[in-house]
Amino acid sequence: MKLKCDLAIIGGGPAGMAVALEAKKNGVENILLLERDKYLGGILPQCIHKGFGLQYFKEELTGPEYADKFISQIKQHKINIKTGTTALKITSGKQIIALNRDDGLLYVNAKAIVLAMGCRERTREAIAIAGSRPAGIFTAGTAQRYINIEGYIPGREVVILGSGDIGIIMARRMSLEGAKVKAVLETMPFSTGLICNKMQRLDDFNIPLKFNQTITNIEGKKRVEKITIARVDKNIKVIPGTEEEISCDTILLSVGLIPENELSTEVGIKLDRATGGPIVNENRETEIEGIFACGNVLHVHDLADFVTEEGEITGHAVSKYLKKERKHRPQSIKIIPGDNIAYVIPQHIEYIIPGRKKIKLFMRVKDPSETVRINFKDDKGKVLASYKKKTVTPGEMLNFYLPEILLTEQLKSITVSIK
Amino acid sequence: MKADVTIIGGGVIGTVIARELSRYNLNIILLEKEDDVAMGTSKGNLGIIHAGYNADFNTLKGQLNIKSNAMFDKLCQDLKVPFKRIGSLVIGFSEKDLKKLKELKENGEKNNLKNLEIVTGDKLFKLEPNLNHKAKYALYAPSAGIISPYKFTIALADNAVVNGVKVLLETEAIDLKCENSQVVSVLTNKGIINTRIVINAAGLYADEIAKIAGYNFRINPLKGEYQLFDKKWGSLVNHVLFPIPTKLSKGIVISPSVHGNLLIGPNCYPVKKKDDLATTDTGMDEIYTEAKKLISHLPDQDTVTSFSGLRATIEEREDFIIEASKKIKGFINVAGIKSPGLSAAPAIAEMVLSILKEVASKIFPKLELNYQDNFVETLNELPRLADYLNKIEEWQEIIEKDSDYGEIICRCENISKGEIIQAVQQPVPARSLDAIKRRTRAGMGRCQGGFCSPRVLRILSEELKIPFLKVTKKGLGSEILKTMTKDMVKKEDKI
Repeated sequence: MKLKCDLAIIGGGPAGMAVALEAKKNGVENILLLERDKYLGGILPQCIHKGFGLQYFKEELTGPEYADKFISQIKQHKINIKTGTTALKITSGKQIIALNRDDGLLYVNAKAIVLAMGCRERTREAIAIAGSRPAGIFTAGTAQRYINIEGYIPGREVVILGSGDIGIIMARRMSLEGAKVKAVLETMPFSTGLICNKMQRLDDFNIPLKFNQTITNIEGKKRVEKITIARVDKNIKVIPGTEEEISCDTILLSVGLIPENELSTEVGIKLDRATGGPIVNENRETEIEGIFACGNVLHVHDLADFVTEEGEITGHAVSKYLKKERKHRPQSIKIIPGDNIAYVIPQHIEYIIPGRKKIKLFMRVKDPSETVRINFKDDKGKVLASYKKKTVTPGEMLNFYLPEILLTEQLKSITVSIK
Repeated sequence: MKADVTIIGGGVIGTVIARELSRYNLNIILLEKEDDVAMGTSKGNLGIIHAGYNADFNTLKGQLNIKSNAMFDKLCQDLKVPFKRIGSLVIGFSEKDLKKLKELKENGEKNNLKNLEIVTGDKLFKLEPNLNHKAKYALYAPSAGIISPYKFTIALADNAVVNGVKVLLETEAIDLKCENSQVVSVLTNKGIINTRIVINAAGLYADEIAKIAGYNFRINPLKGEYQLFDKKWGSLVNHVLFPIPTKLSKGIVISPSVHGNLLIGPNCYPVKKKDDLATTDTGMDEIYTEAKKLISHLPDQDTVTSFSGLRATIEEREDFIIEASKKIKGFINVAGIKSPGLSAAPAIAEMVLSILKEVASKIFPKLELNYQDNFVETLNELPRLADYLNKIEEWQEIIEKDSDYGEIICRCENISKGEIIQAVQQPVPARSLDAIKRRTRAGMGRCQGGFCSPRVLRILSEELKIPFLKVTKKGLGSEILKTMTKDMVKKEDKI
């Protein structure tokens, strides 16, 4: 089946839905949203805990509730969706080849494409834990799906590696279902999740959170029987002699997320090593004109609300692109991550868009710090803007507006650093 | 149960023999203690079909390897198993190494291997552009190839079943019964099989089976560990690259896998237990360090998986044991089949057939072998989306016949639901997540089943008509899920 549209979006999670709605509101008519699952929402339907929407809706919602707000708007705006549809390939000529049960192969020719495929979880192999390969080793997200979507508990005695949000949420969820969570281990000396999560979810259940520790070995033939844990130094190297054994039947791994960019790299889009996502300009447009990226495929966010916001930035930018309401800056401005900054999105600013007053930058720090200043300096070292912040941690994404008025035609680069 | 021939062990050797014997009017049973075939050494190796210059030309290893190598093209074509004859290079860095390469070449030539060549300089780096620039010489053997050893084993078993062999999974041979020094039955955990001939292809456990028949050789497992990298690194090397071999092993190899990943390994050290398949930090460091000597810019990330396998090494013996027992009529040993066992498998099967013909004429009453004219030599080609990516328009027809082929279950490897269902319906059916993985590659990609495993679990539950809680990773005791959630229990109560 052949289709033509102005905008095709790959991925119907919070990013893809926000892009579709914002583009529609800005006059893009012919939109097609492709989702590989049977329903829209991405990962949200399995996130049944509260904590969504505080930023965006100013009310606390569960994942499914948060998703529903967007799904109902998608329906209301009669945006074309195709669920159960997996994109197999994108060409630089902006054709998407996708597949589903009813249409078979779909050839979608789009004037603009937004990549909103989200991310995947890092596995046991990515962090190279030695030992045997029995049943009972799950990534936290997969375990969450088994519990909240399928209705089954994957284990009775659990150790969780990683104190990121999913790890902490799963510690609580497993406990509520009667499983014994023996420990949550964190290789860093601090929690990588949002602070509010950690406080609420572990203390109530007497689950020990052990910092600077990792799993060094897994034993068990058919099912996990026991594991060895050990202390690590600041380079995450195991300190010999600190090993101890814990018996358990299940290990949940919450050891990081990787933007899912196989489709992107195949079409020739360059990735940023720091984010794992495409290099983009302020429109969230990749180095291939007319192909955009946002949400967790671009960089891993810690709140769905920020994903939505980034989707809206992208949806708006796509409408300007399609209506040709933008022009190139005389020279593009490179955004450089400076002291204690892991990355900044976008990586460069390329366009002048009439009416736009500010540009939003998303970033993460490398190390936690207190009472800091985030400085934006031009290529001559002059401070363009400066913001105060009480605490910064790698687990918490920062975002700042950069007033457009600061961006002179001569500006070649802006360095962002923490002081 | 009754059989003419009972084969103990569903590895590549057991299954290749089963297929070869299924050409004849024999009632054959194959016993495998695990929930699938290819569960031992057959899945824990590099999948190299060696050219055959390594082993001494006077040994079974040497002779059978050479003979087999030429058989793989047709066999793999018949069985629809991917096989690539990419060639191998043994890399040398010094004059001393060159001497060793010449020895290998000479040995290969004695074995009647004609196309060996020592390559140097530009030619070497043209063959292998990413090779460590300090490399000087290589023994080039164009006839070496790569295969998926477990897919090969599964296909052999499937084809054997098509031709009438009964494959009994999760069935372990416990004892052997003889009368008048002749085999009469095999006792298994599931009952007695009255049989006239027993073929011991029990791999690592062949010594334990042979002991019952009065043999006293011992198998000491030697572990090898491997690491598999993401497909984006699959073209880092073009050939199977070996270092200079040592007395103990052919060394730590770098090779593309037949599915387009990059593989390194194995190291080699003795372990006590025959089921010790744990990977170790030191092992991973060792293979990485050694492989890096051949290819300096080996990736430092993008590991998809690591695994290990055990070599069935007979104490104080180098060669295979392939012979009929002199003490017990009807008992045939096929033991100590370590490297190049996979490479030699088809010729081993032929050798076992001729031994069996002789054994059959000596047992009482005689067993007469007649070739079955209706022997089916080939397996049907099953549609795989991954094979169609470059001619994707042709996939439409397949979806139109069965819409399950339009639903993607494994996004990393592009596997459709139709392919998963197909795997459950094969002659040797997949019954666990790992069995599905080996047949379809669902769960073998970069996310290691994070996305597809709940979906595959659901399909297995539906197709096998078993509850969710009974679906396993690799057979009884490896169930994925433990209990229902409280909500589910309430829902079930209402129903």
